[in-house]
Amino acid sequence: MRKLHKFLVLGLLATALTSLGVFQAYADDDEDEKQEYSEHKGDKGRGEHGEKGEAKNLGVKLTNETWKTECSACHMAYPPGLLPAASWQALMGDLPNHFGTDASLDDQVMKEILPFLTENAASERRQETNKDGKPMLRITETQWFKKEHDEISAATWKSDKVKSASNCLACHTTAEQGNFDEDNVKIPR
Amino acid sequence: MVKNILLITLSVVTLASMNTVYAETPQQILDNYRTQAKTEVANFKDFSATNGETFFKNTHGSDWSCATCHTSNPLKQGKHASTSKAIDPLSPNANAKRFTEPAKVEKWFKRNCKDVLKRECTTLEKGDVMAYLMALKP
Repeated sequence: MRKLHKFLVLGLLATALTSLGVFQAYADDDEDEKQEYSEHKGDKGRGEHGEKGEAKNLGVKLTNETWKTECSACHMAYPPGLLPAASWQALMGDLPNHFGTDASLDDQVMKEILPFLTENAASERRQETNKDGKPMLRITETQWFKKEHDEISAATWKSDKVKSASNCLACHTTAEQGNFDEDNVKIPR
Repeated sequence: MVKNILLITLSVVTLASMNTVYAETPQQILDNYRTQAKTEVANFKDFSATNGETFFKNTHGSDWSCATCHTSNPLKQGKHASTSKAIDPLSPNANAKRFTEPAKVEKWFKRNCKDVLKRECTTLEKGDVMAYLMALKP
């Protein structure tokens, strides 16, 4: 009889948790990859990109749900390790003019995302400035990005399946998991 | 033990009902805009799906219209004009998640209106667009 009670309590608990989960997901957002993302495992540390001339894992196992939801609404959520902290600060400080679109966030959301970006950013050594002496904002304009991709032909960049250098996923099949390892690169033909 | 079961059942019910407070229906959100419009627009009667459709499909001084990304059939999947990322259908009649969170609705109206009109939308414009999206039949 005791066993039966235990079973009932556990069952109810499971129901409670499930219903909570379902409701939260519903009220939360339309980002269906959330779960899959947070479940990603097996990446080592935050690592540096291009340290030995090859793309490293950018450590988004240190994921942040708010970052994932907000920053992947219009494009892939670019891992924090792709830019140094000063660049993230400048970029997040001007979201109403985010590369031609308004991507403004409220203060509370900003407080959840900005520290995640700066704390997991690329090292200060990689800080680059543009012509105006301001922090570089476009990942694809940084020297290391250009160096990493110097073997890619103009035709590949322009191909229908790539179109833009910001389209990591066109070739880096595991980019959304923060994994830019060359083993997972498939350049579309 | 029976007490425990009762307690858990109660918490389930309470939590479930608490959560429904966050999620509103498109109709509730539209009703709130209607109440607001009455205070803002002289002789306001109701939102117009026809006006909403025109507003949605026309440009307003910039390159983009709402339809540029959401397509001229908001029951279908759209595509971001700069990034090409897929956008789930905007009409709540094709996508039950749409227009269920007032804060999210406001966030995206604010952003997208800035992109399309270089200003925020009026309550009348938002209500008309919602009326249009809610009138679409899959």
